[in-house]
Amino acid sequence: MNKSSVRSSLIAKITKRPSVAALSNTAKTIPMNISTDWRRNAPVLLATLAGGAAALFFATHGFAQEAAQTAAPVVAAAAPVATPPAPVPNKGDVAWMLTSTALVLLMSVPALALFYGGLVRTKNMLSVLMQVFVVFSLITVLWCVYGYSVAFTEGNAFFGGFSRLFLNGTFNPADGSFSMAGTFSKATPLYELVFVGFQATFAAITCCLILGSIVERVKFSAVLIFMVIWFTFSYLPVAHMVWFFAGPDAYTGADVVDKVNATAGYIWQMGALDFAGGTVVHINAGVAGLVGAFLIGKRVGYGREALKPHSLTMTMIGASLLWFGWFGFNAGSALEANGSAGLAFINTYLATACAVLSWTFAEWIIKGKPSMLGAASGAVAGLVAITPAAGNVGIPGAFAIGFIVGPICLWGVTGLKRIIKADDSLDVFGVHALGGVSGALLTGVFNAPSLGGPGSVQDWVKMTSGYPGIVKQLLIQAQAVGITIVWTAVVAFIAFKLADLIVGLRVSEEQEREGLDISSHGESAYDM
Amino acid sequence: MKLITAIIRPFKLEEVREALTQVGVSGLTVTEVKGYGRQKGHTELYRGAEYVVDLLPKIKIETVVPENLLDSALEAITAAARTDKIGDGKIFVSPIDQVLRIRTGESGKDAL
Repeated sequence: MNKSSVRSSLIAKITKRPSVAALSNTAKTIPMNISTDWRRNAPVLLATLAGGAAALFFATHGFAQEAAQTAAPVVAAAAPVATPPAPVPNKGDVAWMLTSTALVLLMSVPALALFYGGLVRTKNMLSVLMQVFVVFSLITVLWCVYGYSVAFTEGNAFFGGFSRLFLNGTFNPADGSFSMAGTFSKATPLYELVFVGFQATFAAITCCLILGSIVERVKFSAVLIFMVIWFTFSYLPVAHMVWFFAGPDAYTGADVVDKVNATAGYIWQMGALDFAGGTVVHINAGVAGLVGAFLIGKRVGYGREALKPHSLTMTMIGASLLWFGWFGFNAGSALEANGSAGLAFINTYLATACAVLSWTFAEWIIKGKPSMLGAASGAVAGLVAITPAAGNVGIPGAFAIGFIVGPICLWGVTGLKRIIKADDSLDVFGVHALGGVSGALLTGVFNAPSLGGPGSVQDWVKMTSGYPGIVKQLLIQAQAVGITIVWTAVVAFIAFKLADLIVGLRVSEEQEREGLDISSHGESAYDM
Repeated sequence: MKLITAIIRPFKLEEVREALTQVGVSGLTVTEVKGYGRQKGHTELYRGAEYVVDLLPKIKIETVVPENLLDSALEAITAAARTDKIGDGKIFVSPIDQVLRIRTGESGKDAL
């Protein structure tokens, strides 16, 4: 095997017991699934990539089999020496991670689509649903082509490698074996394909979040072009920088610690804490959205006509489904069905409820009325803020982060929005970037054991936790936030400019007045 | 014959209809409308965006009555629709030249 398939090399490949059930399972089910996905997503893939991709697919998979064949004898030869059996994934972990993956899918389609869709005018409803639906699919395909490899295999501190192109090497049809990914515990592997799927849903929803800043006037083709560029040069490196490390099993002794650390992502090496994506997902997307709002310009009639949400009912359903799916997002980010997942789960539940209350009461006091949109926005703000903190803070942290972030994001979508003067239409910056920054910084504070937090693993050899001190951790968090903001802002600027050059960012004013449902998609949402 | 066009508060529709039936009005047409007059609109707040809603929902009633029923019909509507607050609405009366019942071909008062 080549050197950069890190996660699989952590733990020796496990060969399935050659029972009849196992063999028939792998022989029949797996290839069928692959071919169905391939066919379903073919138009998007073909539209996005040139035909050369197909050649690459066969080339890499040919290589995979070759590699597996050469690797197989090594396993066989090792067996007689009576080495301890390689650890097998825990079935509870696998079941939980598959469930979490499906939950996070639900957060995009339909939850985010409905949340956003309800906030636009009737004539643009389908365009929002369509943008979310197709971007989600596009990123999923790109993830399986090269995204996963670039984000989660060893490369340099900013980009991973290409050893997992087309998920090459994750499953070996010759012997029915699956490669393994590390988790946060020693000798607790997870099937790498499960990790691939889980992380795919993160990449896809992050891209979909950006749409909220540019809806109701953006050209559909410009969306797709922007997404390909931004996903490749912002999502993937930021995910790699923040999350990639060789896994606990690579830390076999004190002598290898520095060497193994050096293979991890840049921000991970700094010691930044981001449980489920405060930087990777929310700051990343929120800042890109603001850049987009500036570059694309305000909607026709902004500030003069009423651009009212057409269905806050949809928005409430969307926010509620986001809350539901977010349990997979945050608790799933523990990568195991364990106490850390339980902590992340209850924190996600509690902090969100706190933020609903704090936004609602703040709005009631300042604006005079507690609104449904306020409560739904509070829920999302709470979910965003608790994301980096989920398994990194204790219950006091969940209370504090939830209550603090509500009023902060309320200011983000009112006072701050007036200062910024951009038509960030659905407040992606005000909620996601601002909530993400708040959450990322507060994670550093409430991670402190003195404030009820669990601390973080300081020694991956002995698996002991500690905490470097509030000021130090806060500074690390601030650096991580700063790097992410600058990185995504620059990439988003270039990506939007390129999309503008190639196809133009906006539809014509006439098409915008008519509504994107009719003018871009040739259909209308409601027959009333 | 006269056409009575009354703009009233939506929640007063049922009372007005009953009052008109009692004075002998045999049918009416109802439309949901929006408009503005002396009654001020309201503001709606969506996060940072505040919109003043000037056009308020009202109900428009149209009915044609013979001359002898006009005064009692106007009194019935006025009494039923009044709340003594700004926004109770208005009544317009205009002459009608001809009425035809499509099914039978009857015309004039007989068609009402």
